[in-house]
Amino acid sequence: MSALLLVLKAGPGASVQDRGRRGFLRFGVTPAGPMDSGAFMAALLAAGDPQGAGVEASLGGLELAAEGGEIGLAIAGGAFDVRLGERALPPACALKLVPGERLTVRAGAFGSWLYLAPFGRFDLPLVLGSYATHARSGLGGLAGRMLRAGDALKIIDPRPAPAEPMTIVAPWLAERPAKLRVILGPQQDYFSPQTIETFLSARWRLSERSDRMAYRLEGPVLQHIKGHDIVSDGVAFGAIQAPGDGAPLVLMADRQPTGGYPKIANVIGADLGALAQLRPGDSLEFESVSWEQAVAARRARERLIEAGVTLEPVLRVELSTEFLLSRNLVGGVFSAREG
Amino acid sequence: MTQVLYEAPRYLDAGEAALSVEFGDSVAPEINARVLALDAALCDAKLPGVEELVPTYRSLMIHYEPLTISRGELIKTLETLVFHGAAAFAPKARWRIPCCYDPALAEDIVEAARILEMSPERLGALHVSGCYRAYMYGFAPGWCYLGGLPPALALPRRASPRGATPPGTVLIGGGLSLIAANPMPTGWYVIGRTPERLFALERDPPLLVEPGDAISFEPIDSESFSALEARALRGEVVAKREVLQ
Repeated sequence: MSALLLVLKAGPGASVQDRGRRGFLRFGVTPAGPMDSGAFMAALLAAGDPQGAGVEASLGGLELAAEGGEIGLAIAGGAFDVRLGERALPPACALKLVPGERLTVRAGAFGSWLYLAPFGRFDLPLVLGSYATHARSGLGGLAGRMLRAGDALKIIDPRPAPAEPMTIVAPWLAERPAKLRVILGPQQDYFSPQTIETFLSARWRLSERSDRMAYRLEGPVLQHIKGHDIVSDGVAFGAIQAPGDGAPLVLMADRQPTGGYPKIANVIGADLGALAQLRPGDSLEFESVSWEQAVAARRARERLIEAGVTLEPVLRVELSTEFLLSRNLVGGVFSAREG
Repeated sequence: MTQVLYEAPRYLDAGEAALSVEFGDSVAPEINARVLALDAALCDAKLPGVEELVPTYRSLMIHYEPLTISRGELIKTLETLVFHGAAAFAPKARWRIPCCYDPALAEDIVEAARILEMSPERLGALHVSGCYRAYMYGFAPGWCYLGGLPPALALPRRASPRGATPPGTVLIGGGLSLIAANPMPTGWYVIGRTPERLFALERDPPLLVEPGDAISFEPIDSESFSALEARALRGEVVAKREVLQ
């Protein structure tokens, strides 16, 4: 009998993702895929299938159990609070979930998204060549929708997982730039130099009205000099649109393939994960870079990912009251290397 | 409507991994023809590192991997392609799409006709008389935007969206027509229904119409609609495709 990964509880915003649905953008089909592709890759690499699929958990958290057999999981993303039964684990770890145990992930010190990749494959149908869930159009994942309590994901072709929990060491997970780098354009000519200066010098706040489709920013109003309507054109992940009300929207993984508002800038690929991991209420600033600088950052990130992840034993820690208190204060940051 | 075709295309960065090649600043057949010509040439060129091409009304978005092909190399190739083939766009196929304009299925045709100060029958006849081109997809999977709407049918979009459309709706709005594969709220007017499914996941290919294809509509009554819809739901393609050269 194949093992089932049971969803005992799911906050809003948990879904099955792979690296995205490619090749159908010209037909209006959104790629979807992970919000933080670097963190997702860390989980996939640790689970041994870089082309595979995993579960994306949001701030709402997730509780999972295994039925009918043990299931290996590699976990990486924001600094979430990860517990196997009562045992606290580092936020990036590989573990074996055995029937009768409960895995709980909850929002921790920072980050909005966490990835859980199985040592094996989900028994789900490919939709337009991908497992990525795009709930708005009802495509992919489990029945085209977000995960909810009571769901069961069948795991096939299982691969051996570490017998004891291991820490996943992926250097790029720690990257959290002070300022998010952007390339201006493609419609920076819809804004005055003063407005672009305002955009680059402002301290923005991530709005509560942010989701997989777009992150809304609160701060100064970005005035247009040529109106806020453009002839709809293509948009990329990280495009910063300024709609009529002047409150910028950063288009994220579930963005529409085209849009009709001027785009002042695009967040560079290397910083998209850091952007995605921000939480509503967090502040952020932008910094303008050249195409060459963006590509250099992309190359550096790519080299780190190519070098892969390493697994290290989770050091046993005597959980003193003092330690638990300090741990609560930092809200879940827990590293085996520090421990 | 002023139509401005730039003397030379503009190459605009959308981050380090996407380039928008802009040919003009309005929705016009000549501008869109340049977009589609470059799209076709790039599809054929199969450049390593070019990942997705998204033609829109007046620009082509090229999603690429900059670690495989640099912006400079990409633009150099594009300039050669633009120089050699930009004006030479010709649709590869023509589709005849059955469409029912019966108000029972075309939920907004009476309302749109009233705004346009004509009868619903006249609206349907004018829509059938149009020669359309698939300008682009956008907004949602299988939402295909068509140029070529007779000017008499140009009406502004609604101030606020109507409820979700039924599948296979044919709409007008903002001087264009649109075939909407799957239900979504929209600011356009539903003036017809096609039994054809432009987007069907279980069919190969899942999407029938390519950007750039020529489109015409064949009027059908509600009885034919039901018969064709039943066939379409069994997986048959009920629109007719003609290969053009």
